[in-house]
Amino acid sequence: MLVDIQNLKISFASRNSRFDAVRGVSMQLGTEKLGIVGESGSGKSLTARALMKLLPSNATIEADALRFDGIDVLAASERQMRKIRGKRAGFILQDPKYSLNPVMTIGRQIAESWRTHKGGGKKEAFEAAITLLDQVKIRNPREVASVYPHEVSGGMGQRVMIAMMLAPDPELLIADEPTSALDATVQAEILRLIEELVSERNMGLILISHDLPLVSHFCDRVMVMYSGRVLEELKASELLNAQHPYTQGLLNCIPSLTHPRERLPVLTRDATWLTA
Amino acid sequence: MNKKLKSFAGILGSVFLTLFGLTVVTFLIGRVMPVDPVIAAVGDNASEAVISRARVEMGLDQPVIVQFFHYLGQVLRGDFGTSVLTHNPVWVDIARFFPATLELATAALILSTVIGIPLGVWAATRQGKLIDQVIRVVCLAGHSVPVFMLALVSLLVFYATLGIAPGPGRQNIIFDGMIPQVTGLLTVDSLIEGDWDAFYDALAHMVQPVCILAYFSMAYITRMTRAFMLGALKGEFIITARAKGLSAFTVVWIHAFPTVAVQLVTVLALTYAGLLEGAVVTETVFSWPGIGQYLTVSLMNADMNPVVGSTLLIGVIYVGLNLIADLLYRVLDPRVR
Amino acid sequence: MMLTNFRNWALDETPASRGQAAWGHRYRIWLSLKANPLAVLGLAIIVLFVVLSLLAPWLATHDPATQDLANRLSKPTAIHWFGTDELGRDIYSRILFGGRVTLGMVISVVILVAPIGLAVGCIAGYFGGIVDTVLMRVTDVFLAFPRLILALAFVAALKPGVESAVLAIALTSWPPYARLARAETLTVRGTDFIAAYRLTGASSWRIILRHIAPLCVPSLIVRVTLDMSSIIITAASLGFLGMGAQPPSPEWGAMIATAKRFLFEQWWVAVIPCIAILLVSLAFNFLGDGLRDVLDPKEG
Repeated sequence: MLVDIQNLKISFASRNSRFDAVRGVSMQLGTEKLGIVGESGSGKSLTARALMKLLPSNATIEADALRFDGIDVLAASERQMRKIRGKRAGFILQDPKYSLNPVMTIGRQIAESWRTHKGGGKKEAFEAAITLLDQVKIRNPREVASVYPHEVSGGMGQRVMIAMMLAPDPELLIADEPTSALDATVQAEILRLIEELVSERNMGLILISHDLPLVSHFCDRVMVMYSGRVLEELKASELLNAQHPYTQGLLNCIPSLTHPRERLPVLTRDATWLTA
Repeated sequence: MNKKLKSFAGILGSVFLTLFGLTVVTFLIGRVMPVDPVIAAVGDNASEAVISRARVEMGLDQPVIVQFFHYLGQVLRGDFGTSVLTHNPVWVDIARFFPATLELATAALILSTVIGIPLGVWAATRQGKLIDQVIRVVCLAGHSVPVFMLALVSLLVFYATLGIAPGPGRQNIIFDGMIPQVTGLLTVDSLIEGDWDAFYDALAHMVQPVCILAYFSMAYITRMTRAFMLGALKGEFIITARAKGLSAFTVVWIHAFPTVAVQLVTVLALTYAGLLEGAVVTETVFSWPGIGQYLTVSLMNADMNPVVGSTLLIGVIYVGLNLIADLLYRVLDPRVR
Repeated sequence: MMLTNFRNWALDETPASRGQAAWGHRYRIWLSLKANPLAVLGLAIIVLFVVLSLLAPWLATHDPATQDLANRLSKPTAIHWFGTDELGRDIYSRILFGGRVTLGMVISVVILVAPIGLAVGCIAGYFGGIVDTVLMRVTDVFLAFPRLILALAFVAALKPGVESAVLAIALTSWPPYARLARAETLTVRGTDFIAAYRLTGASSWRIILRHIAPLCVPSLIVRVTLDMSSIIITAASLGFLGMGAQPPSPEWGAMIATAKRFLFEQWWVAVIPCIAILLVSLAFNFLGDGLRDVLDPKEG
């Protein structure tokens, strides 16, 4: 069991009030692909970040269990977390324009990831970085390695991100909206790349997105979140048989080329979903 | 390439315009504003012959525009007139006194950078916590205390009361004139000469004024570093760096800090300029023979030529430093390139 | 009772009049400011400073000009709370009256500088083009000098004294405000509501005066408060160098200048005015910092 979360609660405290962003989320993950779907504010990103303890300092985490491969993340110190981060779990952020260091060359950033967890000399690490760039299907890896992030496209930047996070050979990959900042044509490519690499390396994958059909296509299981809670969890293949009205509502909103409709239905929210 | 050349030319043009404006202002100060610019230039005790000669020389019988171009010509030739007090041409005095100020300002800049930047980074990483508040108050105090107060109190405490620091002046009397002038920087010159006693003496005399100047520039540097780092630490790429499992030191210094390093260079250039201003009062209190003291002594004796000359020089240096800061920014930041 | 009524009225979520909304806005700012202990301390010190300066003639124990050469440089006693200076004058009374001089200088500078800076900045920002270029060039020239040095040069050209010092400080202080006003004007210039005013036929001057200038005021207030300490220190520095208020004026900088000779023996004569300057500057900086956090959080 790679990931074991039970009753996770995350809240943010300001001077006068408290905001409960995640309210009792539970999930388990083995060597499989899980997709977490929800709208903005559903708490899906926060859940994933809590697993790597990458939340801002004003966040409070509580849980019955928050474990990565048996290690208690909740009680872990920064030192212990650093043994997990990168080395055993990788994290891909949304927009490579902001998530890559703008004043460091691409090669150096990937090499750093490799060197920190595998040791070795600078040259060795740089060569490894080029190999990785090749694995993420970048055509001229040596050139790309010596340029800065703002000089490459969004799709390439995301490939760089993937290469960087896979460098230390982790067991789990968390992808937080990896394609939301990309063009539609590139989205599928990147996801296919992720799927390939994850399967090849026998890793677990948590794919976070607001795009339900995308997630269902690339994942084994899907978890639907709303307002800090898990509303439904089901196998991707059984998505069309979703029980919860929210999931059904989301499915209904998707336009289809094969079954066109006069009017697209609008999702009407039910207040009971907040407390279900 | 063409666009770069154009923007570079634009900057230079802007600088020249500012320098021209500086000349106009100093002209106003020196020739137009005083009640009698001639007396201001040659002093009350000058003889009638000197006064009438100066009147012709300064061209005061001619229209203002002509006077201005006359003045501009003199300035461009480096002719700032003569000092009533020292009887030297002003540029000779300035050349003699400037290295002393340079020594102070450079040492103060180094000290304040070495202490100020890490302090600012530290405060940013501990935002809101006690150490951050303390650092902020210390910096705020740096903006609130007059330079001369700190200088006087320092002399009082460390020299008069505790006796651990030497008194005012640049060096002990016994070393006066013993070190041949190579660079004009006593510390460097005494090292070149191999005279360790003179070196230590010069260094000891520098400690107080340098520390005081450094405190003021440190207040600015720390505050700006903290502000820049706070912005940098909010970036998404910092989360990436942490997610890679890098140590806190690496995240802060290898990832966050380099993104603000370029802006800090600008800050440092401006700090150097501000040090010149602080030097004026500090040199007066510590009887340090630099341009600051030259300026204030001339002021107190209503000797206008040195005042105008020194003001113009300091203004030019200020503009120069701003220009360097601007150029460095463009050269160093890969995003701008 | 009255206070809670006012509080409820001001904090009403649905104000009934523009006046009520305005007061509600001001009251909220006040509440945020109150939460900052340093800012409150600063405000308290400033209020104390102003009150003491205004009431100086009644609070002073002696006439600040009366000399008592037999009693020079005495330590603080029951009669002379801060001791006496090199001419036997009571330091406590001189500090109080010196505060008046300082307060007067600072207020004069602000009265001169704020309107000029605001005007130049708004005009430059609104009209743009050649007007903007020329005005900004002039601003740049004045910004090119370190403030103290230019002020010194100006005072040297005029006659040393309080009026010259005020003029000199004002001449060197206005550029940042012009820049600030110009920046604010530029952000507002292109908005729809300004365009609407233009469409109703309002003249440029009316737009600048009644609609743009008021928008620049909050950031100007913050900047002025933060600049106060710099103005006070510059004024004191001028006094210290003999270029500002002239003896026998009890201006704090001038007091320190004459007391410098006795620094090592009778240190309090010089140090007490220093502390006064420090306290007032610190107070303005604390308040300015707090105001900036409350009114203009982007700059934090």
